[in-house]
Amino acid sequence: MLARSLVIWFGVACLILMAIGLYWGLVVAPPDYQQGDSYRIIFIHVPSAWMSLFVYMVMATCSAVGLIWRVKLAEVIAISSAPIGASFTFLALATGSLWGKPMWGTWWVWDARLTSELLLLFLYFGVIALYGAIEDKRVASRAAGILAIVGVVNIPIIHYSVQWWNTLHQGPTVSKFDSPSIDASMLIPLLIMAVAFKLYYVVVVLMRSRRELLLRERSTKWVQELIEQQ
Amino acid sequence: MTLSEFFHMGGYGFYVWTSYGLALFVLIANACVAYWQHRRLLGSARRKARRRIL
Repeated sequence: MLARSLVIWFGVACLILMAIGLYWGLVVAPPDYQQGDSYRIIFIHVPSAWMSLFVYMVMATCSAVGLIWRVKLAEVIAISSAPIGASFTFLALATGSLWGKPMWGTWWVWDARLTSELLLLFLYFGVIALYGAIEDKRVASRAAGILAIVGVVNIPIIHYSVQWWNTLHQGPTVSKFDSPSIDASMLIPLLIMAVAFKLYYVVVVLMRSRRELLLRERSTKWVQELIEQQ
Repeated sequence: MTLSEFFHMGGYGFYVWTSYGLALFVLIANACVAYWQHRRLLGSARRKARRRIL
């Protein structure tokens, strides 16, 4: 099966990159001149936050493809992405909280960035719950897909929240491509971790989609033949 | 840098290591759940297929 070898190759690449990124971020990179060693949370906080938005966009795009062209695979990838996206959103919020406590003196503030990211988590929960609540999985996919697409409006709000509103959350450090205000010794491990997180998503979404597809098609001939072969 | 300095993280050890531990846990749990669900589905489908043959 193609999916299986892809899972193995991407999985291995993900582990190697993660090991390099962790070593670089935790050991090689120097402490920040303002935040000391606490800034090292950035190497999981920022990739998680990026992934929470990226996975949402994948989910919404696949939902749109599923709604318009009735592509089963797109529906399956969309719903398989939801729990992974929710995990990344949770990690972004939790690690942000653990970073906020020593730096801002509080675990949580109701500022624009944090609140819109929390809304993203609830959108993921909504998609998962709606899909689970409807028996016919093709109807469920359509309903959850519409919710996912409506929720896209939240994505630019999260992204620009630190510019539109002046809040506790620090402004963008990396996305200013002309002059990122982060040193290369910290930027490189951050990007390595970001790629590793992306590969992780590919691995898990393949595993989940494969299962979801087999579950939906379990009464068809090709799935039964496939199971008998193994 | 000594090992204890490394774990101390300049006084931020608790926050840094809780973050990394949480991330590790969530990532591993996600992959394991996906794998187990897949195995379970294959197992039940195979049992059903065997029953059909008999």
